[in-house]
Amino acid sequence: MLRFLARRLLWMAITLAAISFVTFVVIKLPPGDYTTTVIANAEARGQDIPDSQIAELKRHYGLDKPFLVQYWTWISGVVLHGDLGQSFAWNQSVASLIGNRVMLSILLSIGSLLFVWSIAFPIGIYSALRQYSPGDYVASFLGFIGMAVPEFMLALVMMWIGFRYFGQSVGGLFSPEYADAAWNLGKLLDLISHLWVPIVVVGVAGTAGLIRITRANLLDELHRPYVATARAKGLPEWKLLLKYPVRMSLSPFFSTVGWLLPGLISGETIVSVVMSLPTSGPLLLGAVRSQDMYLVGSFVLILSALTVIGTMLSDLALAWWDPRIRHRLSKG
Amino acid sequence: MVQTIQEQPAPPPQAAPEVVKSLRDHGALPQWRLMWRQFRRHRLALIGLVVLVPIYFVAVFSGFFAPAASDSAHTSLPYAPPQRVHLSTEHGLFVYGYSSTRSQETFEQTFTVDRSKIVDVGLFVRGDEYKVLGLIPSDIHLIGPTTKGEPFFLLGADQSGRDLLSRLIHGAKVSLSIGLVGVAASFVLGILIGGISGYFGGPVDNAIQRVIEFIMSIPTLPLWMALSAALPNSWGPLTRYFAITVILSLIGWTGLARDVRGRFLSLREEDFVMAARLDGVGQRGIIVGHMVPSFASHIIASVSMAVPRMILGETSLSFLGLGLQAPAVSWGVLLEGAQNIRAVATAPWLLTPGLAVVVVVLAMNFVGDGLRDAADPYK
Amino acid sequence: MAQPLLEVRDLQTHFELEDGVVKAVDGVSLTVPRGRTLAVVGESGCGKSVTARSILRLVERPARIVGGQILLYGDEPSDDPLDLLAAKDKRLREVRWSDIAMVFQEPMASLSLVHTIGNQIVEAIRLHDEIGKVAARERAIEMLGRVGIPDPKRRIDSYPFELSGGMRQRAMIAMALSCRPRLLIADEPTTALDVTTQAQILDLLQDLQQELGMAIMLITHDLGVAAQVADEVAVMYLGEVVEHGPATSVLSAPKHPYSQALVRSVPRLGQRGQARLAAVRGTVPPPYERPSGCRFHPRCDAFMAGKCDLTVPTRVRADDTDVACLLYGEENR
Repeated sequence: MLRFLARRLLWMAITLAAISFVTFVVIKLPPGDYTTTVIANAEARGQDIPDSQIAELKRHYGLDKPFLVQYWTWISGVVLHGDLGQSFAWNQSVASLIGNRVMLSILLSIGSLLFVWSIAFPIGIYSALRQYSPGDYVASFLGFIGMAVPEFMLALVMMWIGFRYFGQSVGGLFSPEYADAAWNLGKLLDLISHLWVPIVVVGVAGTAGLIRITRANLLDELHRPYVATARAKGLPEWKLLLKYPVRMSLSPFFSTVGWLLPGLISGETIVSVVMSLPTSGPLLLGAVRSQDMYLVGSFVLILSALTVIGTMLSDLALAWWDPRIRHRLSKG
Repeated sequence: MVQTIQEQPAPPPQAAPEVVKSLRDHGALPQWRLMWRQFRRHRLALIGLVVLVPIYFVAVFSGFFAPAASDSAHTSLPYAPPQRVHLSTEHGLFVYGYSSTRSQETFEQTFTVDRSKIVDVGLFVRGDEYKVLGLIPSDIHLIGPTTKGEPFFLLGADQSGRDLLSRLIHGAKVSLSIGLVGVAASFVLGILIGGISGYFGGPVDNAIQRVIEFIMSIPTLPLWMALSAALPNSWGPLTRYFAITVILSLIGWTGLARDVRGRFLSLREEDFVMAARLDGVGQRGIIVGHMVPSFASHIIASVSMAVPRMILGETSLSFLGLGLQAPAVSWGVLLEGAQNIRAVATAPWLLTPGLAVVVVVLAMNFVGDGLRDAADPYK
Repeated sequence: MAQPLLEVRDLQTHFELEDGVVKAVDGVSLTVPRGRTLAVVGESGCGKSVTARSILRLVERPARIVGGQILLYGDEPSDDPLDLLAAKDKRLREVRWSDIAMVFQEPMASLSLVHTIGNQIVEAIRLHDEIGKVAARERAIEMLGRVGIPDPKRRIDSYPFELSGGMRQRAMIAMALSCRPRLLIADEPTTALDVTTQAQILDLLQDLQQELGMAIMLITHDLGVAAQVADEVAVMYLGEVVEHGPATSVLSAPKHPYSQALVRSVPRLGQRGQARLAAVRGTVPPPYERPSGCRFHPRCDAFMAGKCDLTVPTRVRADDTDVACLLYGEENR
């Protein structure tokens, strides 16, 4: 188990390093750099920036150095000092810009994850146990719809309904009086009362997918010989279903975190843009548009890192849950 | 002394599948007919197919089916509400025109149906010019105002007074094709990489699996956003279209590669592959002649599930303004106009492209589900 | 004749499929004697496994028991037999495992892989006997020791995948016997095992029968296995029992042409190398099309035209066996 943990941690470190490199490459892909944006903005205002000033800008931000040096400067700063670099556009340190926003993103994603689990598993299990019942058909149909509706559409429709019929904006995470207030109980309650809408919106697609997976898994298990054994032993039906096939089919509870989390974070990004939530989404969009490279990189790095960490935790949980996995791991 | 009945090997633990299987075997139908039989049984999949075929047909002949060109605008009629087609003995087919009033306080323009203005509508009318399949010039439209240039907004107008229905039909071309093109690209990648991984196994497989895991662990949307931001704004619509496709498929191939690999791994152990190997068939021969046909149906099924994902990807990106950009039209581009909730409140019809996305993706998921069931006729 | 332990009367279990009804078990009648071993033999697909599962009502959709009686007799001859097919669910659950237990073919699949063996055995014990956890665990350890699992105190906390195939089947048998059933139904218990292990498991079953005195109903396609352990043999073909009698008679001097063909198809030590093994002629007919008259007639060497294809044979007594064939019995002539 310890060896597994060590290997898993090592693998995670490698993954994170790879992610950081890839994101840095991606940011460097666009022709031109931040100075291009500065020049374009200046030209739009009818100003002209002298070449010397551009060179000064480039040197100031280290843009004149070779690629690997720039990468190294950035990543060593991140690792050694938690310094995510400087946002060109906001002229602030990236860390101070995104700290709160990333926290809210995490909150929203975890909230959605819990929502997905608490809805999808009971429905999936019910669907499998009552296969071809009206309830099963309804669940399957809703599942299909849930997978077909893009998150932003759902968000738009929710906003529209709120705006049209309740005369209020459903966007945002805080009421105006709390937006800039310090954290207190009132603000927390206010946040929770706002949070459920985006949580539901973000969670719908994942819920739909997980219902289908749970149902299929359980259907697979329901007719296995070990269920017949349990039945032959004289266990009451509901008891044996819960103890054997349902338990077996719950492994996805853990193993799905790996694909649920990236999906939830993606969904969270776009939903936040639509509903103008103060999470990472809108800021990321703005940063992407203005090619604010350190900001974009930090977002991709942090969001990916969170996913990787989440996946690792779920792997550990899966090993705890399923003795077969433990067995395979201890064998090497 | 060990005695065994010569007839058959060990019976399976459960009798049911065996009975079913022997029934099906008895029919001895060719695989594709078995698949079609199974597919037909999946009612939702049939419905999906019935919905998709006409939609693709309309998209291919968009110039004919759309009443107007995608860029023809009535600048005086922004956000004009949808019209209803009326039929009377006096006028034949017609719609009422608009009269607009501008509020003195809010400067907001409101439209009302003006029953004094009659716009005659006809079938097979002459209107904006287009090219059938991009080749044959024509100006015949299935339906439209008999006098060219009259307002005709069955689904309402957008912020520049362009007919939403026409733009929806023109946009279908991009939205529907990007899924297919994107999947074709990720298909090649997926088959190739998944096949290599599954066939060779061992360290090759291990390395490829790690790469796939790595790609899958990155949240797609932020990565897509970052990648699409890298596209120069100077690129034309067509270049951008392909660039977006490449971006979508760069990430989309992983799922397919996993499927292919899984199939390869299980097939490698199958008796008939072993038999082919013992017969001295070469590696390429084994893969092409024996393994590919036996899982082609599964691949088709998982490909069909990937198409709607691509469509959703394009729509999301374009919606954020990072995918295709005007003057190109796609459903995502059309939805960009719906980003402003106030605009949606005054003109809810701006959401119809979203409805189109939902319908198409739903239908595709149904078809994919049916294909997956059909791929396993014995299951 | 002594009262049997279990009597199956005219059991019918059908598979209700989309394309029609498959009569997998179509009028099976057989008896299991007390404390002895009945082997049910036949080609795969003849319905012997479905018969075994029907006894404890374990068949699942699309299969359904549509008719017949399954009578479990009590210890005293005066006790009324219990019809398992008519019993209430609760009563049936009491019968399961405490009166009739089962061992399945594939121990890896029929044990839960995410629960320890001890957990699964203790669960069965405590379900039927009101004893504490500790006592139940002790009995489980004792049973594991009895079926020949070394170091049972440690093994009880193993997961099934940590044991070898033979050990798993031993654990399964320990679980089946943990409530001292009067009947053990063993459905192809040795098919998934290698030959040496197979012999060990069969020996174990016989030893345990001596010790505990339960009856065994052994489902097998392997006549060798039947010959080794059975006191009585029932031969099944296409969902019915065609011959039922003492193992010595049925296996050495079979009466029904199908049984004769089966026995001929078995290789024997000492048989001349050149002598070809005779397979049963023809193939099992498709499940929807049951032959008219005697179901075996299209493959039968003793086929009598105008008779076998028209008349359904009834079961008659010939010497010490029951046989369903028009060659035997006054009624059938």
